[in-house]
Amino acid sequence: MIKGKFIDNLPKVYGIYTGGFIGFIILMAIAEQMGMSAKAIGISFVVFTIAIYAIIGWLSRTLQMDAYYVAGRQVPTVFNGMATAADWMSGASFVAMAGGIYFKGYGYMALLVGWTGGYILVSTLLAPYLRKFGCYTVPDFVGTRYGGNAARLSAVLVLTVASFTYVTAQINATGTIASVALDIPFKVAVYVGLASILLCSMLGGMRAVTWTQVAQYIVLIIAYLLPVFWISSKMGAGFFPHLMLGDEVARIAELESQFGFVKNSAADLATVPKGLAGITKAHSSVNGTNWGFISLAICMMAGTASLPHVMMRYFTTPSVKSARRSVAWSLLFIFILYSTAPMLATLSKLSLIDPTLSTGIIGKSIAEVQAIDWYQNWNQANLMFVSDFNGNGTLELNEFFMGGKAVVLATPEIAGLPYVISGLVAAGGMAAAMSTADGLVLAIANALSHDLYYKIIDPKAEAAKRLIVARVLLVLIGFAGATIAAMGIQGILGSVIWAFDFAMSGLFFPLVLGVWWKRANGPGAVAGMLLGLAAGTWYLIWVRTGGAGFLGITQLTFGIVGASVSLVSMVVVSLATKAPDQATQDMIDELRIPSGKTILGKQH
Amino acid sequence: MSNKTKHWEKTRGLLFVTLAIWFVFSIGIFFFGTEMEASSFRPFGYPLSYYMTCQGSLLAFVILNFWFAGRQEKIDEEFGFTEREDS
Repeated sequence: MIKGKFIDNLPKVYGIYTGGFIGFIILMAIAEQMGMSAKAIGISFVVFTIAIYAIIGWLSRTLQMDAYYVAGRQVPTVFNGMATAADWMSGASFVAMAGGIYFKGYGYMALLVGWTGGYILVSTLLAPYLRKFGCYTVPDFVGTRYGGNAARLSAVLVLTVASFTYVTAQINATGTIASVALDIPFKVAVYVGLASILLCSMLGGMRAVTWTQVAQYIVLIIAYLLPVFWISSKMGAGFFPHLMLGDEVARIAELESQFGFVKNSAADLATVPKGLAGITKAHSSVNGTNWGFISLAICMMAGTASLPHVMMRYFTTPSVKSARRSVAWSLLFIFILYSTAPMLATLSKLSLIDPTLSTGIIGKSIAEVQAIDWYQNWNQANLMFVSDFNGNGTLELNEFFMGGKAVVLATPEIAGLPYVISGLVAAGGMAAAMSTADGLVLAIANALSHDLYYKIIDPKAEAAKRLIVARVLLVLIGFAGATIAAMGIQGILGSVIWAFDFAMSGLFFPLVLGVWWKRANGPGAVAGMLLGLAAGTWYLIWVRTGGAGFLGITQLTFGIVGASVSLVSMVVVSLATKAPDQATQDMIDELRIPSGKTILGKQH
Repeated sequence: MSNKTKHWEKTRGLLFVTLAIWFVFSIGIFFFGTEMEASSFRPFGYPLSYYMTCQGSLLAFVILNFWFAGRQEKIDEEFGFTEREDS
């Protein structure tokens, strides 16, 4: 039995949990053999895992201020790494990224470089110093470092814009998965997803989110890796895909040159359902400009270092040293999934397009493809489509269309794995999207309740009242996010990339210079945040409405414009106004050494 | 020079080294996408450009982050700024 404090027993608790989850997978596999329907398996997976998160959320309920905001600052290094990895890897990473790589090839893998390289910036420039600061939220740091409500308010504004863009995408992802797995309409599924997200975070704040995120990481990593290793072995590509797919990658390049990328006419494309795409770009070859690749990577890296839901995970560690170590662990846990995504894209693409494989569909007759079970299922889910544009009766590469999400969700079925794996993948996708949505909703609600309500509107509010306000805001923001997600305006991956650009535009330089440049002052920071955000937003709107853009900066990399404006205006305005006072200078000196008390008190 | 100033100078030095390595793997090498692709050095049979973007650079970041954490701890120790545990 488990004795002593919960924190001391973490390895045991999560060990038992992992064993239990694997046991559940085996149980489902046996049930499938005994004739349990695919639909029932899908429902069991999603319901079972959500029930566990809800139990953890309920057990972690709290009325303590520092437990609610920063999990009591006692999350051990490695577990915080896992929680951060789950917080970080969203529905976009899990469901959409392999799809992006599948369609766009090399050019899109800039996301992999950007979303991992950013952690170097997090650990060298920011995380340890913000931990030393002892803040509850990111605007808390900005408000205290630069002084004054204007700076605090601007930070809340940027944080809300970036996180809200991000969270609608995550609720959209939970809705997509819930609607496929539970077989309910998307508009209803979005609210089912929202309810599960709130179950995890409302009662226990950061503490509850931390312990559910660790549980979600375990589910999502098993769900991502297992099918990839399985498919790879089954195809005879090798038991360790990461090191063994050289021949498969070469084979795809060979098939690409054999089939050729034939462009569809606009009239033909108009008949393809919205959101589906064909393969138009080379898989492994350099298929865009170097700058296109690099600019996307830069935006994702700077965005990583500016997104508040990641940064606030490092407020929960016991010390500055453990915050730094924890960043390294986070990145390792993230690397495990990210290095697998391109392998999944490779296996998925090869199994579909290689005519010598039994699963390959290119080169088969259209009628034959339309009779395949999985094709019918995913066609119905509006994620697959074939059309005989040239009328020769045979399926060509440019006559097959697929939704980005299908790469992860449908590949196990295409490769002929048992349905239990598809159920597992649904649970994993749900875990990934929920964990990120939890972190984001909490980041917004905490910023509004702590920085806007408590620090600016009602500084005399008592602890109990503050926590009630925090929870009410949490629910309201969740609902607002779900309502917008239900409208389904943007795709998942696109809006996630935007969120990084927004965060980078407004927060990157004000945060970094707050630690590394003593001369940076309040007016400079306000100018940097507001003008940066405004410039980025303007550029996005301009390009979206048909503007030509400049320097090859697209709607996915507008953060470069925003951040440049932010840097210049921050430096110019800072130098034109008075240097920060002595007290602030001393505070920065104190911030830069790990030992000693945090700048802000334990309860503030 | 005070202890704090010296500590900060060393910290900054480590920052520059770490960011220089980071720059090479995240930005520098990707200016040479086509050159890497043409290279006869093919790790595990993948084109070098493909390998770096899906595994090589990522792995470099993981190692760099652990290395950085270790070095920074040494610097903190050297100047006596290590935290007391459970303070």
